[in-house]
Amino acid sequence: MSIKLEHVSYVYMPGTPYEKEALKDVSLEIRKGEFVAVIGHTGSGKSTLVQNLNGLLHPSKGTASLDGTDLSGKTQEAKQARGRIGMVFQYPEHQLFAETVYEDVAFGPRNLGLDNDEMDARVKEAMKFVGLDFETYAQRSPFSLSGGQMRRVAIAGVVAMNPDYLILDEPSAGLDPGSRRAVFAEIMALYKKRGIAIIMVTHSMEDAAKYAKRMLVINKGQIILDGRPGEIFLKEKNRLLEVGMDIPEVYKLADALRAKGLRLPNEITDAKLLLAEVKRRKGLK
Amino acid sequence: MLDITLGQYYPGNSFIHRLDPRTKILSTLLLIVAVFLANTAIGYAALCAMVLFIILVSGLPFMLVLKSVKPLLFIIVLTLVLHAVMGQGEHVLYQWKFIKVTEEGLQLGVQMAMRLILLLMISSILTFTTSPIVLTDGIEALLRPFRVIGVPAHELAMMMTIALRFIPTLMEETDRIIKAQTARGADFSGGNLLVRAKNMLPILVPLFISAFRRADDLAVAMEARCYRGGEGRTRMHQLTYRSGDVMAFVFAFAMIGLLAFLRWGPKLV
Ligand SMILES: Nc1ncnc2c1ncn2[C@@H]1O[C@H](COP(=O)(O)OP(=O)(O)OP(=O)(O)O)[C@@H](O)[C@H]1O
Ligand SMILES: [Mg+2]
Repeated sequence: MSIKLEHVSYVYMPGTPYEKEALKDVSLEIRKGEFVAVIGHTGSGKSTLVQNLNGLLHPSKGTASLDGTDLSGKTQEAKQARGRIGMVFQYPEHQLFAETVYEDVAFGPRNLGLDNDEMDARVKEAMKFVGLDFETYAQRSPFSLSGGQMRRVAIAGVVAMNPDYLILDEPSAGLDPGSRRAVFAEIMALYKKRGIAIIMVTHSMEDAAKYAKRMLVINKGQIILDGRPGEIFLKEKNRLLEVGMDIPEVYKLADALRAKGLRLPNEITDAKLLLAEVKRRKGLK
Repeated sequence: MLDITLGQYYPGNSFIHRLDPRTKILSTLLLIVAVFLANTAIGYAALCAMVLFIILVSGLPFMLVLKSVKPLLFIIVLTLVLHAVMGQGEHVLYQWKFIKVTEEGLQLGVQMAMRLILLLMISSILTFTTSPIVLTDGIEALLRPFRVIGVPAHELAMMMTIALRFIPTLMEETDRIIKAQTARGADFSGGNLLVRAKNMLPILVPLFISAFRRADDLAVAMEARCYRGGEGRTRMHQLTYRSGDVMAFVFAFAMIGLLAFLRWGPKLV
């Protein structure tokens, strides 16, 4: 069970003066059950990459496939394969359109051709996942909600399609810290309960370190680093700085402490762990 | 990048690209007059040579300019055929029942078709070599004298600029919304007109909402920067005529002179 890119290149507006090669010969495999963070600076090709991963963009060269089915095909099989890969866009609340939250969340399941009972169950479950109370919100207009709530409705609309792979393009952009945490908690819950793959584009090194098990670093349309976030932040610091990325603050602090002579284990993924280690070393409680 | 993706602007740095937009607009009008003056084969040959010459100077690919004829190709062919079969005249070339192709008719048809093709190519050279924003600047400057008779030159130009500025943004937005709904399994192809119109709702509703939001933001942003119409407004880029512009005008008037001479002057042959 995996999505596979083989030597994929993608060119925007080929044959015009504005031609732009946004992906260059990318090969990649993402298995079900993985949690992958995609980082890279603005314009590096992250959005292009994830849209190739779910068949919204068709590679100019190379192939994108899900379990052997070409995602750019026109067959019923290809369409079904694309349906198994959900995609939450940047600012997904801008795609809401229906009169009620219920109708908007039901849009995807309805397009899948589910019957009413099944659809109803999916909508309820999806709304619960994103922490929107069904009784309170189902019949409200999505446009009367706050930004954070609208985002959750939009995410629910994708979750309701029960994808095996869920792609999120900067799911926390423009949210306050509370809503951010809530959205991430929901994504993690989804990941753990359903065992699906999550592919998340993010600008936050902290989020990548905290949630992802694997991290892809994109630069100028190529994957330059692919590995565990902890390892990359530890070993490839210079390479990351070179391409305009950074390492999380905890890693910096741990580095500084090491430089002062404190012995710390290699992987300090968050502040709590660091605190515990420091206390242990210093014999504090 | 946004303001140039629209229309057909073909970026470059040729003599033609660098001309003042006012010069280009006025010269285009002059050359259109020249096209209407042509009535002899030599005249049309001169015009074709002129268009080729301008394309050469502008550095545009010839095929690109020729392609601008395509949208009206049907009308051009229709003009040619209608004139050919309906024309009057004695020199019958071909006759089938009541359909009669005369030499005079054919000549007129070819003339008309040539005229259309030349007009399309000349005006497309203008839009290929001038970005829309610069073009609006030029139009505003040319309309300014007409303010005394109540033409709101600045307001018209501002409206055009804003529209031009937002078309690519809205196109991008449309593209994104279509993708987002496609990812949710939306299907925009099948069904009759009513079904199809209904299928468009998931795209149109978000698009309108975002357009209104943008319009609102823009109005606030403009007011916050004390925009209050064209009164007393100065420009960052002043339009100035240079020696190249004088050359372009001389060239355009020379073309008119040549075509007028071919039309009304003493017959050469
Ligand atoms: N529709 C398009 N037409 C032309 N060029 C495009 C288009 N979309 C993206 N590009 C170009 O392709 C490159 C990669 O864009 P992409 O959107 O994948 O970047 P990104 O890494 O997602 O950036 P961001 O962090 O800003 O979202 C950029 O240089 C961009 O200008
Ligand atoms: Mg992006």
